[in-house]
Amino acid sequence: MSTATAPAPETEAPKPPSNRRRKVTRGAWISYGVLIALALIYIFPFLVQVATSFKSEPEAAENPLGLVPQHWTFAAYDQLFANSDFPIWGMNSFIVTVFVTLGRVFFNSLAGYALARINFRGRALVFALLVAVMAVPGVVLLIPKFLVINQLGMYDSYTGMILPLLADAAGVFIMKNFFESIPASVEEQARIDGAGTFRTFWSVVLPMARPAVMTIVILSFQGSWNELNHFIISTQDPALTTLTKGVAQLASGQLSQGTQYPLKLAAAALMTIPVAIVFFIFQKRIMNASAGAVKE
Amino acid sequence: MANTTVSKPVGSPPAQRPKRKRTSIQGQQGLAGWLFIAPVVVILGLFLVIPVLMAAWVSLSDWTGRGSPLSGDVNFIGGSNYSAILGGEGLAARDFGTSIRNNFYYVLLVVPLQTALALFLAVMVNKQVLKGRGIFRTAFYFPSVTSSVAITVLWLFLFSATGVVNKVLSFFAVEGPNWFQDPRGVIHIVLSVFGVSQAPEALQSPGFLGISGWEWLAGPSVAMSAFVLMAIFTTSGTFMLLFIAALQNISGEVQEAAMVDGASGWQRFWQVTLPMLRPTLFTVLTLGLIGTWQVFDQIYTGTQGGPGKTTLTPAYLSFNSAFNNQRWGEGAAIAFILFGIIVVLTLLQRWALREKDIPKRRRMVPVGANPQSMAAQASAEKHARRTGTDNGNREGNSR
Repeated sequence: MSTATAPAPETEAPKPPSNRRRKVTRGAWISYGVLIALALIYIFPFLVQVATSFKSEPEAAENPLGLVPQHWTFAAYDQLFANSDFPIWGMNSFIVTVFVTLGRVFFNSLAGYALARINFRGRALVFALLVAVMAVPGVVLLIPKFLVINQLGMYDSYTGMILPLLADAAGVFIMKNFFESIPASVEEQARIDGAGTFRTFWSVVLPMARPAVMTIVILSFQGSWNELNHFIISTQDPALTTLTKGVAQLASGQLSQGTQYPLKLAAAALMTIPVAIVFFIFQKRIMNASAGAVKE
Repeated sequence: MANTTVSKPVGSPPAQRPKRKRTSIQGQQGLAGWLFIAPVVVILGLFLVIPVLMAAWVSLSDWTGRGSPLSGDVNFIGGSNYSAILGGEGLAARDFGTSIRNNFYYVLLVVPLQTALALFLAVMVNKQVLKGRGIFRTAFYFPSVTSSVAITVLWLFLFSATGVVNKVLSFFAVEGPNWFQDPRGVIHIVLSVFGVSQAPEALQSPGFLGISGWEWLAGPSVAMSAFVLMAIFTTSGTFMLLFIAALQNISGEVQEAAMVDGASGWQRFWQVTLPMLRPTLFTVLTLGLIGTWQVFDQIYTGTQGGPGKTTLTPAYLSFNSAFNNQRWGEGAAIAFILFGIIVVLTLLQRWALREKDIPKRRRMVPVGANPQSMAAQASAEKHARRTGTDNGNREGNSR
């Protein structure tokens, strides 16, 4: 299909359709070959990661490619759970992720509903503010955010870790776009029945927005679980270290000596499991959300 | 309710005409609207708008990290933080120049390569004749959902002296470098093959941003190259999805028409598919450009700027100056300069790739990706247009 290769001599098929089908299958085989090779390159590192986490340190250095350890050892995992702060990191990541996700779902849908449905003065202004805010690159905000968190006395607290992450202009837009796609007649009925704005929103419109809410849940989960730089600037206390920060410090050798690849890879593999599970359960939705447009 | 008397400056006579009952409903709605949106506005204001203003002040002050930057003993020192970075021969200026050099080569390599690879993957995965395309799509996208920290840890192992990459290279009788410890610039290595291993006279003196021409020509270091590969590995999946979505919007009829006209597969790709992907290509390049100037997590986790400062990036330098060296003014100034660089380059790119025939609102815009000026832009334009017509209607009705 891709190249105009001359048909092989033994195919003396005068009918164009069969000839074409033959070319297609050959092209398909080539495509399969390329795709499989590429997919292996993409997947292999993760297999190596898991395999190495069960190897001893000398074996990891000697035989980095082997996918089956010659001597299985759980030393890395023992070390992580028994002799390190890893469980605390996991706990902190979990707490932050849960609160950020819940908070974002609630606040984003409230704001999205207001922007989509409620006519109030200043709406255009708020909208412009959101647009402007989204254009600011996150890394530029490291020092600024620290300054305010520090000024407000939230440094080294869960409040300082969670509250700033609730700001999610992109999520507001997702909810707004979804609410705009729901016919207004649905709410009018509720309003005629005497429901107030919040009641209409909470018990009529929000339940209809489940797909969009799921998108927010997934994106917030991934975003806050994988968040690193906000926790670097908002905490110092080892008791508040999250997985990303803890593993980053582990990797850069701030907490240990030697290479300790099995240990580091075990930590990295463990922290990947939750996002991997969410990814495999919701992969269709995730990929659509990532690729989907902020539609009309 | 309370605000029945407020009137709009534009078209106020018609706006005041509605009966009392309606305005009270509007007032109620106004209150509800503000209550609904208040949490988001307060949080954004508190953690985005005010921080930027505070950092702007810090970048013009001599604050050293003690006490509040707003207290009385912090002095306004004008633009000296900026001039310490941008002009002069000091350490701060040289570090900044080096970080710009490093990140420049990173962007130069990552943006085209990740775009090309993403497009290639999308075209391959999108082939209708193939079965099991979902599996491949999943495989290519998976690296994008894992955290940058986990990937960096993995990369440190893959590219270690005794790691997977060097093992594979040894099968081809190539002795791999000690990737993350190797500060040699790639272009310098190539030049040394041709016998040029010393800076020519003309390139020795300090030049633009305090570093010499010879250093500008070093290229990305071997360590930085490993990060380049990592960026391509982790982002190509995300951009592949954008391209797939766009490819699925191209109707088969167009392709068939081209086929009937006798265009080969290669010709169809270059002359039919690619022009139709232009808006997506634009988005991918813009997001790539914005993202690649913000390299931070990898550096923090992996190399902290080393070896020989060759993986220092402006984002990491800004963080390091402030949090580790207590030079807060310089750190904040670097952040603002970086912001400026990103804004200017994005505008420049918009201008270079501008187009007139395709309506802007049809551009594909990602939802999952982080910096979304495009999405925002599209929504903003659409919103502006719609409120415009709304106003028109209202006026028309009231007349």
